[in-house]
Amino acid sequence: MRARRGLSHTHVGSLHAPDAELALRNARDLYTRRQEGVSIWVVPAGAITASSPDEKDAFFDPAADKVYRHPTFYEVPDGVAHL
Amino acid sequence: MYGNDFSAPSGPPNGAPDEVTGGLLGEVEAAEAELRAAAARGRRGGPTPDEDLAAYFAEVVDAEQKIEPRDWMPDAYRRTLIRQIAQHAHSEIIGMQPEGNWISRAPSLKRKAILLAKVQDEAGHGLYLYAAAETLGISRDELVQLLLDGRQKYSSIFNYPTVSWADVGAIGWLVDGAAIVNQVPLCRCSYGPYARAMIRVCKEESFHQRQGYEILHTLAHGTPEQHAMAQDAVDRWWYPSLAMFGPPDGNSTHSAQSMAWKIKRFSNDDLRQRFVDMCVQQAEILGVRIPDAELRWNDERQAYDYTQPDYDELMRVISGDGPCNRERMAHRRAAHADGQWVREAAAAYAAKRAGQKETVAA
Repeated sequence: MRARRGLSHTHVGSLHAPDAELALRNARDLYTRRQEGVSIWVVPAGAITASSPDEKDAFFDPAADKVYRHPTFYEVPDGVAHL
Repeated sequence: MYGNDFSAPSGPPNGAPDEVTGGLLGEVEAAEAELRAAAARGRRGGPTPDEDLAAYFAEVVDAEQKIEPRDWMPDAYRRTLIRQIAQHAHSEIIGMQPEGNWISRAPSLKRKAILLAKVQDEAGHGLYLYAAAETLGISRDELVQLLLDGRQKYSSIFNYPTVSWADVGAIGWLVDGAAIVNQVPLCRCSYGPYARAMIRVCKEESFHQRQGYEILHTLAHGTPEQHAMAQDAVDRWWYPSLAMFGPPDGNSTHSAQSMAWKIKRFSNDDLRQRFVDMCVQQAEILGVRIPDAELRWNDERQAYDYTQPDYDELMRVISGDGPCNRERMAHRRAAHADGQWVREAAAAYAAKRAGQKETVAA
């Protein structure tokens, strides 16, 4: 669901429907009764490949020891502007 | 305030009804903020290969983190949640009937549109909750069948009849009011999908309670006949609403374990007391009398003393012998059977369309 123009779509929930077209209509009825969104995407649950929370460490480990990817890693000498 | 945000009012509460409801809504907001904060705090990664899964589960729950669908959880935790969430979902679905009874006879177009929106919300709440239950590994079809077979229950309150328009008001004020008091702590339940569904439900419920209060307020300030109608509805719904919190703590079978698992946060009696304390002042402004001669402020306890509902009656209604049990179930079964052709037609149409697409693609 895109809440407002300019924001990215975020997951809001699940539902049942025989096909994509009815899934859109059901999603409108179920999740936008109070103008919560301006755009809806629906995806069959079976089409989603998920990383399990249990694999969190191994799967996301490569990013853990690369603090130098963040700008705050670097010391900036006093007086340097526009950096 | 985490884990201890339930304090007795200091003296008879004197906020306007809006402020009291605002307090509960504030708690929903707080629960939502807490959910985000817990997520931001993060938790250490999954259990190490030789770690006891139960110990890891307990650590996550104790740290006020959420258990998610693919996490390991004790079988009894899973069963308890399926039973509770399913019963909650069924209650929303069956709960459409008592009020739906008045849609065609609402006193004005405005009231009719509001009531339609409210009943539609109840259907939506049922669907949010079925989706939450499904994350625990049970299918929607199974859940629906368990209700139709009478193997899972719904809230006993919906087995009482709505005999006048004022009952729609009393349901909103008292039944939805009691439901909110019961449900706000569930926004902080340890199971993530249930907590998130409850945050959404509670935000929508507050409209239900206010519309009921407004209906009763209008009637209670109308003609003597209308006032009598409002009073009659409150007389009939007060004790069944108190019974919604379940049996007294001493006789509640599931409470202790659910508290330890942080599925439940407060005892039945604590929540019932909280509800009574809120209602007294709201009733004064409404201009209706709560039908309890023993109701009075207890300065020592900083709470109202009140008469307990008839728990034998509660048990009779739960076991199927309330005024409307058979009617409610018969209606639900008929509605489900009458919808069979719609489900079949939608599936057949979807299959036909899928076939056409394949032909085009080929």
